[in-house]
Amino acid sequence: MQLPQMLYGRLLCSHRPHARIKRIDTSRAEALPGVKAVITGIDLPHKYGILPVSEDEFPLEIDKVRFVGDPIAVVAATDEFICEAALQLIEVDYEELPTAMSIDEALRPVEEADRIHDYGALEAAGNVHKQVHLEFGDVDAAIEAAPHVLEGMYFYEGNTHLALEQHAALAHYGADGKLTLWSSTQTPHYVHKAMAKVLELPTSRIRVIATPNGGGFLTPSRGKSDPFPHEFCAAKLSMMCRRPVKITLTREEIFYMHRGRHPVLMWVKTGVDDDGKILGLDFQSFVDGGAYGSYGVASTYYTGALQTVTYKIPTYRFRGLRVFTNKAPCGPKRGHGTPQPRYALEIHLDRIAEQLDLDPLQYRRSILVDEYSMTVNHMRVTSCGLDECLTAVGDASDFASKRRQLPYGQGIGMGCGSYLSGAGLPIYWNDMPHTSVDLKIDRGGGVCAKCMEIDIGQGSDSVLAMTVAEVLGIEADEIQLVTADTDTTPIDLGSYSSRVTFMMGNAAKQAAEKLRERILEAAGNKLEVSPEELAAAHGMIVHARTGKSMSFREAVPLAEARGGQLSSTGFYRPNRLAGPYKGSGVGPSPAYSYSCAAAQVDVDVETGIVTPQRIWIAHDCGRAINPVLVEGQVEGSVYMALGEIFLEEQTYRKGLHKFPSMLEYKSPTFLEMPPVETILVESLDGEGPFGAKECGQGPLLPVPPAVANAIYDAVGIRIDELPITPDKVLRGLERKAAGKESRVGPNRVPNVIWPDPIRVDPVWYDQPPEAYVPTIRRVDAEPPGSAKGSPNCEHRESP
Amino acid sequence: MLRLPPFVFRPARTVVEAVDLFGSASASGDEAMFVAGGTDLLPNMKRRQFEPAVLVGIRRIDEMRTITNSNRTAILGSGATLYQIARQPRLATEHTALVEACRQVATPKIQRMATLGGNLCVDTRCNYYNQTFEWRKSIGFCIKKDGDICLVAPGSSKCWAISSSDTAPALIALGASVRLVGPAGSRDVAVADLYRDDGINYMRRRPDELLSQVRVPRIEGLRSTYVKIRRRGSFDFPILGVAAAIRMQGNRVAGASLVLGAVHTHPVVVTEATDLVGHEPTAERLQAVAEAAQRHATPLDNADLTLYWRKQITAVTVRRALESLVG
Repeated sequence: MQLPQMLYGRLLCSHRPHARIKRIDTSRAEALPGVKAVITGIDLPHKYGILPVSEDEFPLEIDKVRFVGDPIAVVAATDEFICEAALQLIEVDYEELPTAMSIDEALRPVEEADRIHDYGALEAAGNVHKQVHLEFGDVDAAIEAAPHVLEGMYFYEGNTHLALEQHAALAHYGADGKLTLWSSTQTPHYVHKAMAKVLELPTSRIRVIATPNGGGFLTPSRGKSDPFPHEFCAAKLSMMCRRPVKITLTREEIFYMHRGRHPVLMWVKTGVDDDGKILGLDFQSFVDGGAYGSYGVASTYYTGALQTVTYKIPTYRFRGLRVFTNKAPCGPKRGHGTPQPRYALEIHLDRIAEQLDLDPLQYRRSILVDEYSMTVNHMRVTSCGLDECLTAVGDASDFASKRRQLPYGQGIGMGCGSYLSGAGLPIYWNDMPHTSVDLKIDRGGGVCAKCMEIDIGQGSDSVLAMTVAEVLGIEADEIQLVTADTDTTPIDLGSYSSRVTFMMGNAAKQAAEKLRERILEAAGNKLEVSPEELAAAHGMIVHARTGKSMSFREAVPLAEARGGQLSSTGFYRPNRLAGPYKGSGVGPSPAYSYSCAAAQVDVDVETGIVTPQRIWIAHDCGRAINPVLVEGQVEGSVYMALGEIFLEEQTYRKGLHKFPSMLEYKSPTFLEMPPVETILVESLDGEGPFGAKECGQGPLLPVPPAVANAIYDAVGIRIDELPITPDKVLRGLERKAAGKESRVGPNRVPNVIWPDPIRVDPVWYDQPPEAYVPTIRRVDAEPPGSAKGSPNCEHRESP
Repeated sequence: MLRLPPFVFRPARTVVEAVDLFGSASASGDEAMFVAGGTDLLPNMKRRQFEPAVLVGIRRIDEMRTITNSNRTAILGSGATLYQIARQPRLATEHTALVEACRQVATPKIQRMATLGGNLCVDTRCNYYNQTFEWRKSIGFCIKKDGDICLVAPGSSKCWAISSSDTAPALIALGASVRLVGPAGSRDVAVADLYRDDGINYMRRRPDELLSQVRVPRIEGLRSTYVKIRRRGSFDFPILGVAAAIRMQGNRVAGASLVLGAVHTHPVVVTEATDLVGHEPTAERLQAVAEAAQRHATPLDNADLTLYWRKQITAVTVRRALESLVG
């Protein structure tokens, strides 16, 4: 995008991992011809942060920098060459502070003045941001009484989204005193809110337009769900210069600003009975947060929240800890905080199956949660197609006859997962809807749907159009969409937490139903039949019994004549799902998706190079509203998972990100992509729109453990640490050959003094949910052709 | 976003003109560089590894783009693209290692821009060096550019950046030479003698000399291969390159050469390969050469994956390459 008279902006980022800013002098930069403005932290002195509990960032840091890449100044000039020259003229004097570059280093005691932040779990030594200790039932007694007890440690390295596009923000403060910001954001509403706070402008004078985001590899969480420094800076510079200002981040800056996946170290202990039934689960996670809070408090809870929604777990303890480190801040990436514990749990279950000589697939089937039941930590499970997923993947992959039967070096493994269809609670506490859709029909029958949802490549625009079209009985291409604009569209919280299809879909359905009622009433009146007996489909309104009909276009003016402008608003707010304990707000969702994956791998035992040969994945998406896009999301999840398994790692050396570039941060190309067989399972959720649940994040979760389990089947070694690189495989094989423990992974977790637990008596455990949360059970499918009341499988194979 | 630094572009139509343009730029005090495909140089310029005032364009020099075959030598213009070379049927049969190397450089799109000469001259690489100016400023710069110590081997007085050409090991194994044309005339240099043990001044080509052509001798019955180890099937520079060539007479080896890439500041000739000559290539003999090759590999912690692994897989990669030629 370009606007007349537009200026360009560039950020000056910290060159030190942790330091106090003693002096910052911009005078030489300001004097450079072509430079229109230079600002530093004191020009934007309001803190913000995506979570109200950790508003710990300035757009430009004022006194202190916390990682290499922390923005401290910004220049606006007539072109980027001048910006670059100006950046070199800004003088900064630093006073270096001790750094913490790992979880262990962050747990070391530090002087008060040397802490990375002056808030967090200050009672703990070091740089602890958050500690959580939740206990549901008597876990210790359950594990002690168990005939089999298994303990394990796992590590999941941090990685980043690597969206192909470079993020840009263009701000224009017009002569009318109104600021317009175009940005590649996933959350225009939160950006709008943060802008108002930081720029001290009323929301009425700020308009945020989320531009169509391409190249995200259909990745729902592309790390653009926080407000970012360059957005505030472009806005402030435009207000000062009264000209449009555009800032395009460099690839390196995207590595720094992006809120990648948290590195998580985990400890798991389970007690099981002779059949493998879980009696107690004890779980610890150590979360490396990077330099700022971001979504981290939620991420920490998420590493403990969803272990319970797949298998029956009657007693459970979760201890989680997030530290601040002098690295780029971490946040949500596909699966937000849940792929890490899922990796640990699903390998752990494989070990239990091995120890008890059970088939891992049948074993999982024997311990599944029941549909419509409450978990020990008060998560409400509604529709659950996991059993169908397991069966479908088992059949498609021929799992039973391949496991332990393939030649040495080849193996098959499997894993499961589950994810939210939208978080049950909004990011800031309020009672308002999470989403609203406005509809308006013109006199020619043209329908306009408005919603702040932002299509980030996942296809939410198509869901909006198809949902409205389905209800009104017209075609999706007859719907005009106005989206992702804080001026013209009603609130939707944004494209994160896999919430859009479920929540916006329900709002769109409700809005369309309101108008359908009015249109059918008008048509019934004209045709002299009862409106309840009319059906709307294919652009027609039909009375089946008499054959009387009229077109949708004919009915619309009749309806407007009877009751005025055809417009309506639908909205959606989840039921109150959270349990009666502190910390219960993270994890509840109106519905969970379920997935199962099997992976077949080939291990080159001389080089340690592992080649995935085929992935089978079944995903319970409730209902596939747009099956092609669902399949795309599932395959994209597999792709992203394979990157995290084999290649991607955000590692640091000498206080810096080791390789903030697309060449050296290794992400798979399509040559690395094996054939994927995708199976869609439709469990027709009672509360999802037409039964739909999420599909954009959940399918990533089962893949990493499936691959790790397949490597064990192939060569008998356990890699309990991602990424699984060839050197680790070779090391595992060497250890096995030397008769040592044939495993590569962490051998210790920090010895931490945990806070006293919040003890919760899980009286609701395994009970029907209605007694605790209002629940709508699955109803018959509305469109024809679906299996009544039971999940429906559709088998698709990638080309 | 990152921008190229300002420079003047002077395209040449002939080799002589290119050398003259370079000379006149230098004479007026401007740093000049040759640019053909630009796939290595331009990204490096964006990151400020190079800031030449003048780029002399050599992509349009027709005499440097031709590929001619005589019975004794294949003469490849250094401006021929890797894509062009990779699709020469005769080269694929007679100089397999070269074609295999060209096919594995970067990506198909880059192969259509990148030239053979450019790949022979490709800058040495190090993950302390191939970073943006701001990143290098944060870490304190290295000896290869703007700094005074080697960050990967701080005790070392020399630069340990890695020779990352795929075609150089292949051409050395095939016994190729290059023609360098400078202001004082032209000279032919064996590719084996083209490189130096220094990550900064890694070539014996003087900056004002244009590498105009590559001459590869034809050797009856020679079989060759190039094996590249990298993380992905595309994009990546080598973390190990193995070029091997063997000529058999009956069931005995009549000639053998083996060259490693990406294990040092220059391609490494494994002289022990000649131990095979006169003998049957038994598994034991191939293994002995493979192990000798591994001893020659001295990777450091400045490229992808661990240096231990990169050294450790040298022997198996070499053994497999040799097996594929004698099998």
